[in-house]
Order: sequence, then C-alpha cells, then structure tokens
Amino acid sequence: MHAATAPAPRRPDARILAVGSDGRTRTVPRTALPDLLRPGDLLVANDAATIPASLRGIHRGTGATVEVRLAGRRSLAFDDVRGFTAVLFGAGDHRTPTELRPLPPLVAPGDALDLGPLRATVLEVLGHPRLLRLRFEGPAAQVWDGIARHGRPIQYAYVPEPLALWDVWTRIAAHPVAFEAPSAGFLLDWELLGHLAGRGIGFATLTHAAGLSSTGDPALDARLPLDEAYFIPEATARAVAAAQRVVAVGTTVTRALEHAGGRSGHGLATQRIGPGTRLRAVDAILTGVHAPGESHFALLRAFARDPVLEGMNATLEREGFRSHEFGEAVLLYRS
Amino acid sequence: MNHSPLSGLRVAVTGGTSGLGLALVEALHRAGAAVAFVARRADRVAAVAARFPGTHGLAGDVSVKEDTHRLALRILAALGGLDVLIHNASSLGPVPLAPLADTDCEALEEALATNLLGPFRLTKALLGALTAAAREGRPALVIHVVSDAGAVAYPGWGAYGASKAALWHLSRIWDEELRPHGVRSLAFDPGDMDTPLHALAVPDADPATLERPERSASRILALLEEHAHARRDRAGTPAA
Repeated sequence: MHAATAPAPRRPDARILAVGSDGRTRTVPRTALPDLLRPGDLLVANDAATIPASLRGIHRGTGATVEVRLAGRRSLAFDDVRGFTAVLFGAGDHRTPTELRPLPPLVAPGDALDLGPLRATVLEVLGHPRLLRLRFEGPAAQVWDGIARHGRPIQYAYVPEPLALWDVWTRIAAHPVAFEAPSAGFLLDWELLGHLAGRGIGFATLTHAAGLSSTGDPALDARLPLDEAYFIPEATARAVAAAQRVVAVGTTVTRALEHAGGRSGHGLATQRIGPGTRLRAVDAILTGVHAPGESHFALLRAFARDPVLEGMNATLEREGFRSHEFGEAVLLYRS
Repeated sequence: MNHSPLSGLRVAVTGGTSGLGLALVEALHRAGAAVAFVARRADRVAAVAARFPGTHGLAGDVSVKEDTHRLALRILAALGGLDVLIHNASSLGPVPLAPLADTDCEALEEALATNLLGPFRLTKALLGALTAAAREGRPALVIHVVSDAGAVAYPGWGAYGASKAALWHLSRIWDEELRPHGVRSLAFDPGDMDTPLHALAVPDADPATLERPERSASRILALLEEHAHARRDRAGTPAA
C-alpha cells in the first residue's frame, strides 16, 4: 500500500479488491462493481459535499499563526453554522505531516481568532488543548461566505499540491456538510450508477457530516471519529428495509445506518464501530484502502475477523493498491 | 399562506440582477419559491436581495472556473438543496456586435466562458443535489436560456450565436443523459426582450417591438408548474 499522491480523485483505472466472508479475494477494475453485486442489492452512499474546512489565521492573544480545522457541528441545519468543534494546528500547512507540525499556542475560553474574513471566539477547550468549541460572529450567510472565500479543503502531506474544492467533491455531492470528503464516493460516477441501475441494483443516499480522519496527535486521534450529524431520507430507509443486501459506500454510511437502526430522519452518530460491534443494517462495505491503526480500519474489524483482514492487507500490499482518500478500494462482506 | 404550485421549490438563477434574470427572481419570489441568484456585481446583488427579502443573493462570476464550486456551495447552503437551476447569465461577446472576421478571439472566448462553459460547470457541480432531489420525488430541472441567434445565422451575432447554439445542443445531450437519473434539461428561447443585453446589441431598437422580460419570466414559471405537476403525477407524492 502506498499513498496516492496525485489529486486524481476519480481515476478511471482504480481497482476494487473484493473480500468474501470466507476471506477469498478477487481484484476487479472499478467499473466491474456491478459484477460483484446482485440484483436486489442496495448501494447506499453519502451525498455530503465537502466544505473548505481549513481556515488559516491569527490567535489574537499571542499573534501566533494558526490553522483551524473545522471538525464537527451538532446538526446539519444550514442556518446553524456559528458553533463548531474544531482542531487547532500551529504554523505551517498541510505539506508538513500533521505529527511534525509545530504546536499551536495554548488557548482559553474567550480567546479570539481572526480567520481571514471570519471572527471566532473560543467557547470551550474540550479535554485536549487543541480540541475546541468555537463560535463565529455574524449571521449564517456571512459565515458561509467567509468559509467559501477563505477556507481550503483539509488535506494531508501525501498530496502536496493544493486541492481545489472540486477535487474533494464526489460526483454525488449534494449537501455541504462534510469536513473531509466522504471519499469512498469517489469510486462512483454517473456511468457506473447507470450500469448498476441497469442490473437491478438499487442506489440510495444519506447525508453524513464526515469529520477529520487524523490530527497527528495520538491522544486526539484516539478520540476519532468525533460525533457526526447525519440525515437519512425516508426513501432511503424504505430501500434499506426492502434490500436483500445493503452495501455501505464508506465508513460514514456504515456509522449512520448502524446508528439509525432502520429509522429515517436526523441523528447524531456518537458510537464507535469496532471488533465488538454487531452490525444490524449493513452487509458489506465498499471503502478506501486504510492502514491498520487508523480509525477507519478499526471499523472494518466489525465486518471480518482479524485473519481475514490480515489476508486482505497482504493482498493489498502485494498488488500495490493505492491507499488514502484518492486511492483504490475494498469491498468487504460481513462474515 | 402561499398555495402556489411553486411554493417551496428551490430555484437558482444566474444573471439575477438584470433583464430576464431579475424578472425571474421577482416572479419566483412572488410565487413562494426559495430563490438563490448569482450575479457579478456585489452592490447590485445586495440591492436585489434587499428588494426581495428572503431571496439569497450571491456575488460571483459563472465564467470563472474558480467561482463554480464556491457558488455551488453557497447555493446549496442557502436553499438546503436544489430543484431547479436556470442558466440565464449571458455574454454578448464583442460590444458593439461585430462580424466574426472582426471578432477578437478573446471576445469569442468570453462568450463561450459565460454562455457554455459556465453552465456546463455549474450543472456538473450541482448535479449531485439535483439527482438527490429527483430521488426524493421532487422535480429536478435544468433550464438553459437560449436564443434564436443559436439556430439562425444572423450576421454580426457570431460569438453569441455560436455559444448559444452550443448551449442549446448541450442542453439536449444533458437531457438524454440525465433522464435515467431523474433530471430533465430543457432550452428556453425567450425571443427578443427589452433588456440591457439587447440594448447593448441593438441600441436603436424600438422597445415597443420587444417582449417585456416579465412576460418571458411568466412563461418560464408556467413551464416549471407544468413540470412540477407532471412529476407529482408520476411520483404520486407531493413535489414540495
């Protein structure tokens, strides 16, 4: 596994490693996804669009340069964009690996941050000096305008070129609520969705505010994923109930469907999914290639026992699968 | 209470501060639709938004690639989704109008950027939202404002005509390709209207011979109503 370094989110030549519940694997091109599924199966994807959630600016008290990465908010409501959970970074930018970034200044409730056109106040420090609750000044439209003009997509050192917003929007992006791209959705394009429909494979969406995948700080990373708001349309809940097998496109869809337990509507996913989790809604997951130790990988342990995952990793390594959000994919069936 | 069939419909209009675009913003606002509109000049955007309270005015230029996703983000955040996208912003190309042989390449590029590339990019960026609306049984529609200059070879209208011909064809191909995903695309030719764009093209035209943009806007609203009804009948569920 090596990190995909070019911002080519929708490489037509990407591959999928299908991993059966018996551990047997099969590598196919991305475009052959319909052949891995059966009529009556339902693919559920996250239609969140990614906001430019990295905001550079100044901590007014010390004059220090900081980067604020927005990481969560309590709802998906578009007029409720003043309060955010955020992670604070020191000077520098994404080209320095997060774990090597200089520490930000210590902040306290009441501190002001000047982030381009945006003004934010620290409301609370959430049990870690870099994890904050912030409030932006001004009405919602002004906050959106500031984020749209000043924000940049959150990105990591393995993609040095600055990403544009179009690099982090999936084809199906519909609701700007994600802090990082729901990247398994990069595997889908309209032609593939047409082929899936042609084979009688269902397609439905939910909206889940995907948060940060990594901060570079072990104590903070251990708290990921943070709480994430989601919305499941009634049509999607009905399709899930009627489906023979439900294939979640990505970890966020898995988290939302498992949290909702069949219900439609708004929710806040607070649970962690891991080896002890009994999956109730999702039969298989189509996901990017994640390294053992990442929170995304922990979720896969709910789908398959460790020997199966070890076999999967060995195959991914041997066949040179590209990892991370712009890489290739795994289709893992529940054991 | 507003019981218009367009009440609650989420509509985005480009070029919303003058001519047909302004008439559309006003008519849609009156019909109870949720409206976001885009135009280049921030002062005019603010003035129109203030005139029609509740509408969302967004300053941006559809001909600029870097503005595309910023505008899409703002539109979706303002409306919470999208049912109808109306590509109305237009560039005439060279002003005053010029024969092709005297048209600067840059003037043709400008007409293509505004009239063809901009609508293509914005539709692409908003397609996720439009298909999501379709999956929820809502009407999902892209309207391209075209011109008979895109069908008839009028001397002097080369840059504009060629760009509108391409937009017209783009609209037809979108419709073929998007129909399976529940989204329709159509082209609307408003005819010669009494608008700033027409005045630039034909400064000495007699306004009495020109269509009022308000009349063309109401024809587009009639189209939207027809589409919303058809969708509702097919889906068997309310569209809004």
